[in-house]
Amino acid sequence: MKLVDHFQYGLNSPICLTWELTYACNLSCAHCLSSSGRRDPRELTTAEAKAVIDELQRMQVFYINIGGGEPTVRPDFWELLDYSIAHNVGVKFSTNGLKIDKQRAAQLAATDYVDIQISLDGATPEVNDYVRGPGSYDMAIRALENLAEAGFQQPKISVVMTRQNVDQLDEFKAIADKYGAQLRITRLRPSGRGADVWDELHPLPSQQKQMYDWLVDRGDQVLTGDSFFHLSAFGEALPGLNLCGAGRVVCLIDPVGDVYACPFAIHENFLAGNVRSPGGFQEVWENSELFTELRQPQTGGACSGCQHYDSCQGGCMAAKFFTGLPLDGPDPECVRGFGEQALAARGDDHVVPKSEVDHSRTKIGKNTPVLLQLSMGRPDRACETSPLAGMGASQSDSGLRVPVAGS
Amino acid sequence: MFDPGAPYRCSPQVSLRPEPFGALVYHFGTRKLSFLKTLPLVAVVKGLESHPDVHSAIEAAGVEEAQRPAYLKALAGLAASGTIEPR
Ligand code: SF4
Ligand code: SF4
Repeated sequence: MKLVDHFQYGLNSPICLTWELTYACNLSCAHCLSSSGRRDPRELTTAEAKAVIDELQRMQVFYINIGGGEPTVRPDFWELLDYSIAHNVGVKFSTNGLKIDKQRAAQLAATDYVDIQISLDGATPEVNDYVRGPGSYDMAIRALENLAEAGFQQPKISVVMTRQNVDQLDEFKAIADKYGAQLRITRLRPSGRGADVWDELHPLPSQQKQMYDWLVDRGDQVLTGDSFFHLSAFGEALPGLNLCGAGRVVCLIDPVGDVYACPFAIHENFLAGNVRSPGGFQEVWENSELFTELRQPQTGGACSGCQHYDSCQGGCMAAKFFTGLPLDGPDPECVRGFGEQALAARGDDHVVPKSEVDHSRTKIGKNTPVLLQLSMGRPDRACETSPLAGMGASQSDSGLRVPVAGS
Repeated sequence: MFDPGAPYRCSPQVSLRPEPFGALVYHFGTRKLSFLKTLPLVAVVKGLESHPDVHSAIEAAGVEEAQRPAYLKALAGLAASGTIEPR
């Protein structure tokens, strides 16, 4: 069996675990995957978070991706970071750069087992700030400068690919090179507030091909996690995790301790349990009904006759779910165009599933992205005054690039 | 250079996590994840320390003779990545 075939049946512990520490965020990104903005009063306490770390250590989860919200706004963030590292659970954290001043950068450069990922969704302020809000480009670049100056080795720059920034791929690479960073590009999924802007921002079919070609050329120099395996239907398999690992190798712990199958699937249908319940995270991971079900052999449904099914596997579960498509059919961005057909066939009165979990701020602030300020005026969006916040839509995948030993 | 006639051990910086197919390997120094894709390979890697050379660790793990070249190749890869090291 190939390794990915083993992965489909689930692992003893996750390898791509994302933990969102808080729903609070200083920004209000239009496409925030977790609809972040305001802190949730039920968020895990410091003691509870440490207990989760102890459990992850016991389960030999060797590293975690920490995100939010903006995780560094939690007053105990640095304490939890140190605690985790001291307990052999390495940390990669995603940030918009807010707290990465010179002093912090120096301290981080002196810490082992920590990786930093700065979100940047445009290679120019215009493109970036359009979705992430005014000032966010400068904030990210300042953080990169501080890290480079402090000698921090290889931070990541994480980019969510949109219709507006596909043409900037080379520029992103140049920015990464300039700051000694590694580029990571991920897919825009219609999750959280991403659902509100997906139609406008998700790359066009011609741009999907453009990304594929770029990845064929440069894929070994960038991280992609599990973002683009649906593009392998264009031809060859791309580096990265080539399967949907939701509930099998991937999962999310949200700020209130809820465990979801994937960071892009914050919806009750993908809620497996809570770390506060008896047996904690381990019980949820090993025995929850949802995860058990996700680890059953999958059928390809409408995709099963496709010659690309082996590599594409029908694409991303979350992308299908939040666009109202069947989970066992083609991805909305199916490179053969079946997704578009399916989207068109939904009819004018279709309703897409919406998450109950929304911590968006309700007032327009100085950081509100232009995009949503405009769209808020549209009558059809009047009920969704969900300005903003958040990390880019991007911490799901571990940036996994696995050298595989044995055969 | 990997020498299967010499004594080796699993690197002290490495943790092995048992998995249904074998084990997940995490190297705390390089922060790289890799996999041991069969259970006998896990047994070989764990057994290295208590055997005078790699060959005898392979034999002790009950690896079939026909499989030996494949295991040596996998172990050479593990030595190159620092998962196992001479002792
Ligand atoms: S649902 Fe999509 S984002 Fe989540 S693990 Fe599957 S492919 Fe990745
Ligand atoms: S039909 Fe399904 S398997 Fe084939 S390319 Fe489209 S999404 Fe992928």
